Parts: sequence; C-alpha cells; structure tokens
Amino acid sequence: MRSKGRGRFIALCVAPASILFFLFMVMPTLNVFRMSLFERGAYSPTETFVGFENFRILFRDTKFIASMQNTILLIVTVTVATFFFAIVFAAILTREKIRGQGFFRIVFYIPNILSVVVIAGIFSAIYKPENGMLNSALSLFSGKEILILWKDQPMVIVSIIIAMIWQAIGYYMVMYMASMSAVPVDLYESASLDGAGRLKQFFEITLPLIWTNIRTTLTFFIISTINMAFLFVKAMVAKGMADVGLSFMYTQKDEGLYGYAMAAGVIIFLFSFTLSAVVNHVTKRDVLQM
Amino acid sequence: MNAKKKNSADALYKAFIYVVLATLAILILVPVAWVFMASVKQNSEFYGNPWTLPASFYWQNFADAWNAANMGSYMLNSVIVTALSLALLLVVALPAAYCLSRFPFRGRKLLNTAFMAGLFINVNYIVVPIFLMLRDWESWVQYLFHWNNVFMNNLVMLAVVYAATALPFTIYLLSGYFATLPYDFEEAAYIDGAGYGATMVRIIFPMAQPSILTIILFNFLSFWNEYIISMTLMSSATGQKTLPVGLLNLMQASQSKAEYGRLYAGLVLVMLPTLILYMCVQKKLTQGMTVGGLKG
Repeated sequence: MRSKGRGRFIALCVAPASILFFLFMVMPTLNVFRMSLFERGAYSPTETFVGFENFRILFRDTKFIASMQNTILLIVTVTVATFFFAIVFAAILTREKIRGQGFFRIVFYIPNILSVVVIAGIFSAIYKPENGMLNSALSLFSGKEILILWKDQPMVIVSIIIAMIWQAIGYYMVMYMASMSAVPVDLYESASLDGAGRLKQFFEITLPLIWTNIRTTLTFFIISTINMAFLFVKAMVAKGMADVGLSFMYTQKDEGLYGYAMAAGVIIFLFSFTLSAVVNHVTKRDVLQM
Repeated sequence: MNAKKKNSADALYKAFIYVVLATLAILILVPVAWVFMASVKQNSEFYGNPWTLPASFYWQNFADAWNAANMGSYMLNSVIVTALSLALLLVVALPAAYCLSRFPFRGRKLLNTAFMAGLFINVNYIVVPIFLMLRDWESWVQYLFHWNNVFMNNLVMLAVVYAATALPFTIYLLSGYFATLPYDFEEAAYIDGAGYGATMVRIIFPMAQPSILTIILFNFLSFWNEYIISMTLMSSATGQKTLPVGLLNLMQASQSKAEYGRLYAGLVLVMLPTLILYMCVQKKLTQGMTVGGLKG
C-alpha cells in the first residue's frame, strides 16, 4: 500500500521538472549539434543534410575568425586583469584591519547585480565622445580637449574590456574572500613571527591554500567571459562594429542561416571546453592541506 | 628606532591601501550616481560639462520614460514574467529536488547526473534552437487551431523558458541542502500518519526556508536582468517587451533623437528595484554566492 503510493508520489514530484528540463535544455542542446550538419530555410521548417559543409565554410569565413580572435583577446585580458585586482583586493580586505571593510565589499559587488543592458547604458554615458564622463575627465587632467571615439574602431575592444573588468571584479573578489577567510589565522601569526612580510605571506600561505578555488574560478573566467562578451557586445556596441564568437552566431541566426549559426555555436562550445580542460590540466598542483 | 621606522612604513602602506580601495569604490559609485543625477536633468543640460549638477529636478523625464517610452508597461511585463517564473520554478524544483535527494528510486542516478550536466549548458548557446522549436510549435497551433501568440511573443511562455533554464542550478542548490537533513523528521511524521505530500510540504519545506530565500534572490536578479532570451522570443515589433529589452530599444532610439533625459530615467527605473533589493539583503547575497558559486 505504502510503496504503491510512494512510487506515484515520486513520479508526480520528479516528472514536471524532468519534462521541462528535457524540452528546454536537453533537446535544444542536442539540436545545436544536429542542426550544425543541416541547412535550414529561413521561413520553412525543411532541412537539408549537408554534412560538414557548414564547418568548411566557417573556417574560411574571415568574419568568424576575426570574432574568435576578439574572443581570445577578451578571455586573456579580462581574466588576467580581473584576477589580479580581485585577488589583491580580497587579500587586503580579509588580511588587513580596514575601516569600512563592509562598505567596500558592498560597493564592489554592485556591478554584479546590474543588468548588462544597464551597464551598457552607464558606459554609453562614460564613453560619449562629446561631454562624456571619460573624455571630459581626461581633458580636465591633460589640460587640452580630448575627443576619443571610444565606441568606434580601434578603441571599441578596449572599451568592452574595461566595462567587463568593471563588472566582474566584485564577483570574483567576494569569491576569493570566502575561501581566504577559511585559511587559519595562526598560520599567518607564526609566519610573521618568523619574519615573513606581507608579500611572502601572500605567496606562500594564501595562494597555495586557496589554489583549488583559484583553479575553479579560472574555468569560470573562460566560460563566463565568452558569455558576458556576447551580452556586452549585443547591448553596448553598434551592430557589426566588433563581433565576438557568440555574437557572430547570433548575427547568423538573425539572417536566417540557422545551420551555419549552430556550426559556429558548436565550434565555440568545443573551444571553451578544450580551453577549460587545458587550463585545468596546466594548473594542477599537489593540494596543500590546511 | 627600528620599530619606529617599521611603524611609519606601515602607516604609509595603510594609507596606500585606503587610496587604492577608495579609487575603485569611486570608479564604481560615480558612474552609477551620475546616471541618477542625469535622470533629473533637462535635455539642454547634456550639451555642456557633464559634471555640473542638475539645474533643477526635472521629473518630467520619468513621466516621459514611463508613458511615452512605454517603460511603465514594460515594467509591468517584467514584474509578471519574473513573478510567474519564480513561482513556477519553486513549484517544480522543490518537490523534484526533495525526491532526487532523499528517495532511492530507479533512474534517480541518471536524473541527478543529467541535472548536474545541465549546470554546464549555457542559455546563450541554446537560445537559437529554443527559438526555432517554439516558432515551429507556433506555426502548428496557428495551422491547426488558428491561435496566435501561444508560444512566441507570450509572457507566460517566456516565464516557462526562464524557469526551465534555471532548473539545474536551483535543483543543485536545494538538493545539497535536503541531503544534509536527518531522516528522523520524515519517520516521525509517517508514524503520526502524515502522507508523503503532507510531510514534504509541512515539515521539510519550512525547514528549507533559508535555501529557498537564496534561490529566490539569485533567480530574481537573473530573470529581472535577462534580455537575450526575452529579445529572441518576444521579437514582434509591436508586441510586449520586458524592461531590459525596452531599455535597449530606448537606448537606440534616444541616441538618434538625442532624448537623453528619458534615457537615464529609464536606466534608473530598471536598476532601482535591484539596487533596493541589494541594499536590503546584501549580506545574504554575498554569502549565498559562495554556496552556489556558479554564474554566467
């Protein structure tokens, strides 16, 4: 009796979530791979199998190659800069006795709760060529009129990089702070009795002990930079001014080239997967126990 | 002597730290504050020095954004979609996470692995297949029943997609919590004659309140701020839009028409709810993040 009701109860609980998950996540994911082998008409659901033709064209598409180069440039620069700032600020805020510690943590995390569209709007005001915040501040400090077109070539990529770092620092800082606060304080105390300075403590205690956490965030950096770059480009940059991998894919979708768009999606996915695996392998160290 | 030297170096280092921290805080706060200031400026004030204070509080910007730029109805749409998807997500994810973490049954391992793998599926990749699938369904119901806007340009459908794509993360977080509870609670309830459903709803869910709150917080932010899915599935030019997509259109329109006042008023309208929420629960948010630790 009980076991019969039990089966029904479990089915009732698990089925809705499983169905939704299957329909809107599993199927579309499989479809990305399947559709990359097909050509699909823009307004009819008819599909023609074309094998790897989409990929063949893709690798000769200079626009796609340029967008992937931008993606790589963003991954490297945003990761390096954000990592540096986030870990330094996290170390300062956890290790030093700072007045207003809570205030700084709250403020640094603010960009993370804003929509990318809002951030794009804020940065439009910053980058506006005439009477924008950045140009007018630069003019003020240099004493002469400065008119840089931040959202045009060649500065547009730099502008995206700055906005992305601005957005990401707080998130990773909070993450590093959490793992740094788990490091036992007496380690630092005995180190400082031995005469180790702040830098030495940072490199020989803090970094090794949160290494697992750092490795995880490096994977986050790769995956989220690919995604965030797409969101920023879509919201902040005029169409066609600068593309990253996923925005190239989305442009192809807008033009009705669905199979081609999905082929680009497959390549970007494989790229992010491979890069994460390589980074994960290269950063492998023997884990220090606390 | 030596101690004194060390002390002054220490003081210098401390001062340097404060300068660096304050600089970053200023770089974050000033642009946000600037937008608030700009939202009450008149249009003519945007042609001079951007650092001057507004001549007066020109509230008309907000009225323009709310009515003329449709931000009022977009706001309502966003409230509906966010509330609906949160409700749906909780109704679907809570029982699923409960069973997946506490009942042994056939296929459980497979489902758990599948939802885990789902953590690595990013919506930006699958938005195109979702769009095509819904468009196909749309043309089917159009053909069969002559219904319009069932699967596309429909706020309810958008909420369903939001809830579905948030499932892996939500189930992962909830399962982690449920798995830590001792089984005594259920056993006591069964002895008292409570059924499975009653035990789950009356005993287990109330205990999970902190986790549920964390889930609502994170998903509220991601649903409220989302714009790629919304833009793709609500693509009709005349149809309804959510707040971020409306803001994106407003940004493009006011750039060419030079209506800056209402643009910044619109920006304030989008970010104010998230900022207020953040002020209320910032501690919960920056702590909860370390539990979840997955985003973007």
